[in-house]
Amino acid sequence: MSAPAARTAPAAETAETAGKAGGTGGPRALRAGRVSFRVRPRAVLVVPAGLAVLALLMAVDIGRGDFPIGVGDVVRALLGDPEHRFVVMELRLPRVLTGALVGAAFGLAGALTQSITRNPLASPDTLGISQAASVVVAAITVATGSAAGGAGGALASVGIPFAALAGGLAGGVLVYLLAWRQGLDGYRLVLVGIGFAGVAANVKWWLLALGDVNDAGRAMAWITGSLNARGWEHVRPVALALAVLVPLVLIGAFALGTLRLGDEPARGLGLRVNLDRSLLILAAIVLASIATAAAGPIEFVALAAPQIALRLAGTGQPPLVGSTVTGAALTVGADVIARTAFGAVELPVGVVTAVLGAPLLLYLLVRSRRKATL
Amino acid sequence: MVTGAARPGALPSAGSVLDAARRHRAAVLLGLVLLTALAALASLVIGARHVPAGAVWGAIVSPSGTEDDIVVRSLRLPRTAFGLLAGTALGVAGALTQGHTRNPLADPGLLGVTQGAAFAMVLSIFTLGVTGVRTYIWFGFAGALLASVLVFALGGAGRGGATPLTLALAGAAVTAFLHGLVAGLVLIDQQAMDTYRFWQAGALAGRDAGVLPALLPFVLAGLVLAMVNAPALNALALGEDVARSLGHRIRLARAVGITAITLLTGAAVAACGALAFLGLIVPHLARALSGPDHRWLLPFSGLLGAALLLAADVTGRLVARPGEVEVGIMLALIGGPFFIALVRRRKPVRL
Repeated sequence: MSAPAARTAPAAETAETAGKAGGTGGPRALRAGRVSFRVRPRAVLVVPAGLAVLALLMAVDIGRGDFPIGVGDVVRALLGDPEHRFVVMELRLPRVLTGALVGAAFGLAGALTQSITRNPLASPDTLGISQAASVVVAAITVATGSAAGGAGGALASVGIPFAALAGGLAGGVLVYLLAWRQGLDGYRLVLVGIGFAGVAANVKWWLLALGDVNDAGRAMAWITGSLNARGWEHVRPVALALAVLVPLVLIGAFALGTLRLGDEPARGLGLRVNLDRSLLILAAIVLASIATAAAGPIEFVALAAPQIALRLAGTGQPPLVGSTVTGAALTVGADVIARTAFGAVELPVGVVTAVLGAPLLLYLLVRSRRKATL
Repeated sequence: MVTGAARPGALPSAGSVLDAARRHRAAVLLGLVLLTALAALASLVIGARHVPAGAVWGAIVSPSGTEDDIVVRSLRLPRTAFGLLAGTALGVAGALTQGHTRNPLADPGLLGVTQGAAFAMVLSIFTLGVTGVRTYIWFGFAGALLASVLVFALGGAGRGGATPLTLALAGAAVTAFLHGLVAGLVLIDQQAMDTYRFWQAGALAGRDAGVLPALLPFVLAGLVLAMVNAPALNALALGEDVARSLGHRIRLARAVGITAITLLTGAAVAACGALAFLGLIVPHLARALSGPDHRWLLPFSGLLGAALLLAADVTGRLVARPGEVEVGIMLALIGGPFFIALVRRRKPVRL
C-alpha cells in the first residue's frame, strides 16, 4: 500500500491552490522544469480520505469478535502494548489484512478490466477467473465430501487455495488466448469471457446439485467469499502480488489513458497497443486469481469499487489508486458487518459486500450530476 | 449481407438491394421456424422410453390411454411446451435487454428479474415453509416484477433519466444486492439451499403443466410489447438525441421495453429456473443472422431461443440415458463453445 505515497506528494501543493480557487476541483498543471503533468485535486484527495476510512475500519474490525477490544486498545496493541497483543497480532490482524489486501487486489483488477474493455460491467468474472476457481473448488468439495465417503475435509481445505489459484489462472489465461486473434480486442475479450463464465457457472451448479446438500452448503460458503480463519499464510501471497504489480500497473497507467483514444490514435502516439493491453490484462488476471485463492471470489467488489471511486473522484475513467483503496475499504467494512450484525452467526463476507456496496453505488448513481460514460 | 444476384458490372439499384435483403431475411426466418418445429418434434419423440413418431401423433390427436399416450401427453407435451415458452421468452428478452442497455454483457437477468425471482422464492421457503412448485412460482413472478420496477426507478432517478449506462449499473447493483441476500438465506436454511441449487441449474422436466395456461398471457403480452418496442429500439441505437428528433418518446420506449423484459423473463425463470445464459448468447447468434434491425432481430432471437433450449433439453436426455442432465447445464455446454467460436470467427456486431 506504499504506492499511493508517490501520487499524493503533490497533493499538499494542489490542496493550497485549490483552496485559493474556491475548490473547484478542476484539473491544474504541475510543472517542475521540463516535466509537467495534470492533477485533479479532487481525484488526488480521494486517496488519503479513503486510506483514513480504511484505517479506521480496520481498527474497528480488529476489535470485533467474541472478545471485544476498544479501538484505542487495538492501536496500542499494534504499537507493542503486550496486553492484547496475542489476540490482535495472531488472530485478528491477519484476517483483517487479508480482507484489505484482497479487496485492494479486486478493486485494482476491476479498474484495469473496466478500463481496457470500456465496459462498466466487466470484472474478473468477465475474464472467467471467479467461475473457473469456483468450479475447481466445487469439484473438490463434492469429490471429497460426505457423499464420497468423506475423504478428509481437512485435507481438502489445505488444498483448496492452491486449487483455486490454479483454476483461476487457467480460466483467465484460457479466455485471454481464446480472445486473441491478430491482436487483443477489448470487445471480443468481453464476449469470450461471458461465454466461458456461463459454461463454468453451469458446471458449478451441476456439481453442487450432484453432491450432498451439506457439501453444497460448504462449497457455497467458499464460493460466496469468506475471511473466516484466515492467517498470515493468506496475507503473504496477496501482499507480495500487490507489492510487485501495483507499481508496474501504475507505470502502465500512462498507456491506459492513451488506449482510450482508440487503437489507431494510440498507435500513432507510439504505443505498442496489443502488448500494452495484454500486459495490463494479464496483471489483472494474476491479481484477481491470487485474491480469489486467498478469500474466494468476493464478486461485487471488483465491479463496484472502480465505479464508486470514479464517481467520488469525478474522473472520466476508473482511477487506479482510488479503486484499489475503495476495494479495500469496502471489503473491510463488509467484514465488520458480517461479524457483528447477526449475533453469533458469522456470515461470509461476500454476502455483505454486495449488500453494503450496492446501496452506495446506487446512491452515487442517482446523485450523479453528469452523464456518465466509460 | 447478401446483395441480390446482381450481374457483374451492373450496379444494382437501391430498391432491388433492399428487396433482396428482405427476401434473404424472410428465407432465414422460414428456416428458423422449421428448425424450431424440428426441435419440438424431437422433444416429443426422443426420451428414455422409445415412442415411434406415429404413436406420438396418435397420442396428441386421438389419445386412447395406452402407456405411450400417457408418457407423451403427461410428460413430453408439457415439457416441450415449457421449452417453447421459456426459450422464446428468454431469447426475445435478451435481445431487448442488450438493446436497451447497449451492453453485450447484458442478460435478461441483469435488470434484477432473475435474482428478484430467486429472492422471493427463497424467502417464501424460508419464512412460510412453502414447498409446492405451483405456489412459489407466483412468489417468484411477483419478486421479478418488483425487482425490475426498482431497477428502472433507480436507473432513471439521476439527471438525464434512464440511460443505457445507468440502467446497466443499477441493474448490476440491485442484482448483486439481492444475490447477497439469497446467498445469506441459503447458507442459513438447508431446505432453501436444496430448492435453490436445483432451481439454479434450470429444468424443463417435472414442471406442473397447470401453470402453463396461467403464464401464457404474460408471455404473449410481453411478445406484443417487444414488437411494438422494435422501431424505437432501432432509433435508440443511433443515440437518444437522434431518437428524440425522429419523434420517439424515450422514457415511454424505455418503460415499454422494461415491461416486456420483466413479463417475459419473470414468466420464464419462475417456470423453468435460472436459464439466463440462453438470453445472453441467443441475441448474439441471432444478430449474426439478422443484422442490427430489431424488427428482425427480435423474432429471430425468439425462434433461435426456443430451438436452442429444446435441442439442449433433448441432448440432456440422450447423454445420460436413462437418467438426464439438467437443461441449463446442457445449454451452457452446447451454447458456450458455439458462442465463443462465433465470436472468434467474425467481427462481432457492436451494440
